[in-house]
Amino acid sequence: MVQKLDYLKETASQTAGPYVHIGLIPGMAGFDIFEKNFSNVLVTPNTKGERITLEGRVLDGSGTPLRDVLLEIWQANAAGRYNHPADRSAGALDEDFRGWGRAGSDFDSGLITFETIKPGAVTDKAGRKCAPHINVWIVARGINIGLNTRLYFSDEEAANAADPVLNLIEQPVRRSTLIAKRSERAGKVVYAFTINLQGPEETVFFDV
Amino acid sequence: MTAQAARIAAAQDAARLNRPEPFTSPLGDGGFFQRDRSIHPPAYAPGYKSSVLRSPRQSLLSLENSVSEITGPVFGHNDLGSLDNDLIRNYAKDGDPVGERIIVHGRVMDETGRGVPNTLVEVWQANAGGRYRHRKDTYLAPIDPNFGGCGRALTDDTGYYYFRTIKPGPYPWRNFVNSWRPAHIHFSVFGSGFAQRLITQMYFEGDPLIPVCPILTTIPDKDALDRLVAALDLNASVPLDSLTYRFDVVLRGQRSTYFENRPEGN
Ligand SMILES: [Fe+2]
Repeated sequence: MVQKLDYLKETASQTAGPYVHIGLIPGMAGFDIFEKNFSNVLVTPNTKGERITLEGRVLDGSGTPLRDVLLEIWQANAAGRYNHPADRSAGALDEDFRGWGRAGSDFDSGLITFETIKPGAVTDKAGRKCAPHINVWIVARGINIGLNTRLYFSDEEAANAADPVLNLIEQPVRRSTLIAKRSERAGKVVYAFTINLQGPEETVFFDV
Repeated sequence: MTAQAARIAAAQDAARLNRPEPFTSPLGDGGFFQRDRSIHPPAYAPGYKSSVLRSPRQSLLSLENSVSEITGPVFGHNDLGSLDNDLIRNYAKDGDPVGERIIVHGRVMDETGRGVPNTLVEVWQANAGGRYRHRKDTYLAPIDPNFGGCGRALTDDTGYYYFRTIKPGPYPWRNFVNSWRPAHIHFSVFGSGFAQRLITQMYFEGDPLIPVCPILTTIPDKDALDRLVAALDLNASVPLDSLTYRFDVVLRGQRSTYFENRPEGN
């Protein structure tokens, strides 16, 4: 016999189901209940950094957009610092930027948008600069446990080429599934992304 | 204080007095314990038909936790309204919602047993007839004009949370022609790092639909399934008012950083 290790087990995940909006973004379910709501707009007028729109869809194995999916994003501020005590890097905190938001896909088109800023490069534990990226978490009916992925930026080619996480992806062709493409539209910077749940272009998902 | 407000306060006090004692252990800020995926439902679970086209088929790429995973959004009482954890009152228009009055309480802990303080818990559910207040729910059971069906709470410094609601009803859904969901409350929990993010569902002790639910039975581990079933907590119930169910949530544990290996110059 040995001493017993008294660890607990993580609670099992269950699908968010088709009515996830009720709990997390009730306005989309069709009613108004909370005084304050979370949203897909991460910026206030005072937030520092380059304004960007993230715009994309999540596609199922038939190529059909999910119209009941919910995404959350978590990102560093323009100085590459997360608004959390465990980030002890040198970049300045921005009190006008929490760095987190959530969005439901449009019930007709499946389109998902976020209004945010482009994050700076964060520093990993070894002191290496990582390419700017946004962490993404995906839940929906039919998704049994939330999916983690990342979005990188198409105009950061040199940083992306050196990024330790992108370089963990064995097949270079799969790295491109994480790159959001920059364009400008009516004076706004838009990064477009597509998340494929299955198929030859399946997005790289992480076991974090 | 109105009679209604007094009743709420009494119910909340009763739940607080019966709250479980916290463990204590040092705060970790290393990476999270590797997730044991054998206790979670697999992405592809054909008995739950919606998972077939929505399940990744490639291996997940394992990431050593970096600052991107061990950090996560921080919430505070400023984010919430005063009635957010009272689903009996937070949408009431001209009276209380119909249904069995219940309190749900418990602790959010990590795998070391340490309470997760100040973390956001969000819940949503059907009404007593099994109908959701959602533009896409067309079940023939009626909407309850006094019930919204969602609420949220921040855990206290020991990880304890509670809210008050009515017991949701079971409802039919299109999977097999005669599939029914057991009564359940959806839970969304954050933790301190984004890698702890979790959505799950709480079920009720004694529900005969539990063993035949195609969503619950996606969980391959019997103990893990049992841990989603809240126990009737009669001691914490409010006499002549509300039954109480106890539901603890366990998030991934976090390694301590015993030694800091800082790169030169930092
Ligand atoms: Fe449900």
